[in-house]
Amino acid sequence: MVGAPQPWGIGLQAAGGPIKERIHDFNDLLLWIIIITTVFVAALLAVCLWKYNHKTNPVASQNSHNTALEIAWTVVPVLILLVIAIPSFRLIYYQDRARDADLTINVTGRQWYWNYAYPDNGNFNFDSRMVADADLQPGQLRNLDVDEPLVVPVNRTIRIITHGQDVIHSFFVPSLGVQRYSIPGRTIETWMRADHTGTFYGQCNQICGTNHAFMPIVVRALPQAEFDAWVASARTRFADSTGAAPAPVAIAEAARGNAGTEVQLAARQ
Amino acid sequence: MASSANAHGHDDHHDHHTPGFVSRWFFSTNHKDIGTLYIIFSLIAAIVGIGLSFLMRLELQQPGMQIFSDGQMWNVFVSAHGLIMVFFVIMPALIGGFGNWFVPIMIGAPDMAFPRLNNISFWLLVPAFLLLAGSMFVGQGAGAGWTIYPPLSDDTYQSGMSMDMALFALHLAGASSILGAVNFITTIFNMRAPGMTLHKMPLFAWSMLVTAFLLLLSVPVLGGAITMLITDRNFGTSFFDPAGGGDPVLFQHLFWFFGHPEVYIMILPAFGIISHVISTFSKKPIFGYLGMAYAMVAIGVVGFVVWAHHMYQSGIDVDTRAYFMAATMVIAVPTGIKIFSWIATMWGGSIRLETPMLFAVGFIFLFTVGGVTGVVLANAGVTQILHNTYYVVAHFHYVLSLGAVFGIYAGIYYWMGKMSGYQYSETLGRIHFWMTFIGVNLTFFPMHFLGNQGMPRRYPDYPDAFWGWNLVASLGAYISVASFLFFFYVMFDTFRRKVRVPGNYWGEGATTLEWQVSSPPPFHTFDELPRIR
Repeated sequence: MVGAPQPWGIGLQAAGGPIKERIHDFNDLLLWIIIITTVFVAALLAVCLWKYNHKTNPVASQNSHNTALEIAWTVVPVLILLVIAIPSFRLIYYQDRARDADLTINVTGRQWYWNYAYPDNGNFNFDSRMVADADLQPGQLRNLDVDEPLVVPVNRTIRIITHGQDVIHSFFVPSLGVQRYSIPGRTIETWMRADHTGTFYGQCNQICGTNHAFMPIVVRALPQAEFDAWVASARTRFADSTGAAPAPVAIAEAARGNAGTEVQLAARQ
Repeated sequence: MASSANAHGHDDHHDHHTPGFVSRWFFSTNHKDIGTLYIIFSLIAAIVGIGLSFLMRLELQQPGMQIFSDGQMWNVFVSAHGLIMVFFVIMPALIGGFGNWFVPIMIGAPDMAFPRLNNISFWLLVPAFLLLAGSMFVGQGAGAGWTIYPPLSDDTYQSGMSMDMALFALHLAGASSILGAVNFITTIFNMRAPGMTLHKMPLFAWSMLVTAFLLLLSVPVLGGAITMLITDRNFGTSFFDPAGGGDPVLFQHLFWFFGHPEVYIMILPAFGIISHVISTFSKKPIFGYLGMAYAMVAIGVVGFVVWAHHMYQSGIDVDTRAYFMAATMVIAVPTGIKIFSWIATMWGGSIRLETPMLFAVGFIFLFTVGGVTGVVLANAGVTQILHNTYYVVAHFHYVLSLGAVFGIYAGIYYWMGKMSGYQYSETLGRIHFWMTFIGVNLTFFPMHFLGNQGMPRRYPDYPDAFWGWNLVASLGAYISVASFLFFFYVMFDTFRRKVRVPGNYWGEGATTLEWQVSSPPPFHTFDELPRIR
């Protein structure tokens, strides 16, 4: 599936994972409550204007108290809020963090691109930049597609840890129901999971300077086997990104015969 | 609910005290003149603030960058629009304008407690506004949003004097607000006419009392936060810089500790005005007066303990989020009391749907729309995907651009005759209402859809899928701008035709003290304190 905004769309973007599905369930409840409330208030106003205008009702009553009514319009909203609050609390605790994540990804917002690191897969990292208008291929979405998407395995729980580098950015993928700021000096944890293979688009969602509108996020969910193949190729392509102090696993695997990596490591040491 | 027993006429013999033009308008110590200055100032600032939003909607009318050279210029406009509308349009009109004009009259006081303080409150705003407007033309401009979060507002990312000018503008505007708040609190507590107990005080005076307390307790926190930001920028401190042991999230806490009460500062005075208009045009006393007054007190108190609902994505603990969610939803209860009490005031009334009442009824409906989307946004679970999107933009424009602004318009039409002595044209007023009502709804309602679809705010350019509703919003904005220009024509027409009005031109529904004096009131309203029965 493709998680992206639709022309003339009015509702939430389609759900690509369990968090977003629960947001949909809860949002439906909220939507009913607020529509009924608004229609109720509008209807009361209409009745007042229709029945109690100075032509049909020249003499105004001077009634200004009704204790029962006043108690009712205090207690009923409290009850409605309780109906909202209970599922709402469940939802935020569900969204908060992944207990048993299959994979951790470090996300860093930078002016004006994203950096994704895979500490569980050799600690490579890469930058993800928007495709400029001039370089768009047919089928790519303007202001949404990037050169290197964030690739994840489908049906796996992904722990997202955001870091800040320069200013505050916000990692925001609506169709997966995930959003957290990336703040310098802070690490923030959240999680996401894609239930369908496909592409899920998001955008930076905290004002971050002149190119705030031009640092989109693309999450590509692949079956596990394709993900593993992507990891293998990414470790080669981004081998020089593994940092000055690579994880021991990375060295061991490099020694097993990834020549490119070995050269890079040798060059660094 | 309060009526005056001072039967003596207010003849023109007061007018020989009236000072000359310069001392009357530049060194003014008269609450009514200062109120007039505030309203004129607010209208001038509104031309700038609305002008900025007009250019922004022109840019957003279609995808791509058309009229803005880059994102920084856009961010400067977004920031200036927000700060100008908050600090130099809504607050001066409602608090400085109507508050100064009518709080002393309504409570039967001869003037504000500290007339000279009142004067400097106003004149501090002028350099503040000039600094903020000037900051747009200096260097790169101050483009960190009205929330001025560091590190984006640091000297690294907003270098040059521009951001400092904007911060000093906020300092001056803040000082002006604090002094004004001190003045209102003192006036209301100490200068009520004999018999005017707090529980007999008109609701507009109540709303100003609560607002003044919110200002007094919240603005100094903003002052502290921006002082730290200024020293971070200029004197090598690192309150908000992690490299020096500081924390950007600290600024967010301080800012929103001010910022959330601030939104009630903007809406509570409008609540007060709407109560008077509804009561007057329904010819009924306000329903549940005490509940209405204490609902505002409750909104003010609870408004101080909900600030982190603006920070759900900033990594605050999930239990903290749960608390702020619960506290935020509590605010819906006193707000609901106000909405239902207004409707109950209309119920059984004899309603004349003239321009002020049109704006008041429009206010109730639009504030309800903005209020229920506020309940949606209170839930961190949903805000996870609505935070910072156009849904939020729609929400706060429904409560402010449509709520507070409708309150201002209702107040202007309600009190135009009282303040100027001349009545507006009812036909033109109605045309103005319908233009505004259609324009603002067409502008802001589609923004809910854009937010649901995930369009982030503060974007000069957007993915092509967002085009449709942005086009509708822009068309709505053009109608809104036209309605704003039309409003100036209505004012011009009022002063051109000079239709004189008597003291109480709304008739039996208008019961507060300002309707006991002539229109306009004499330069010194009460030579002798009124007694409240």
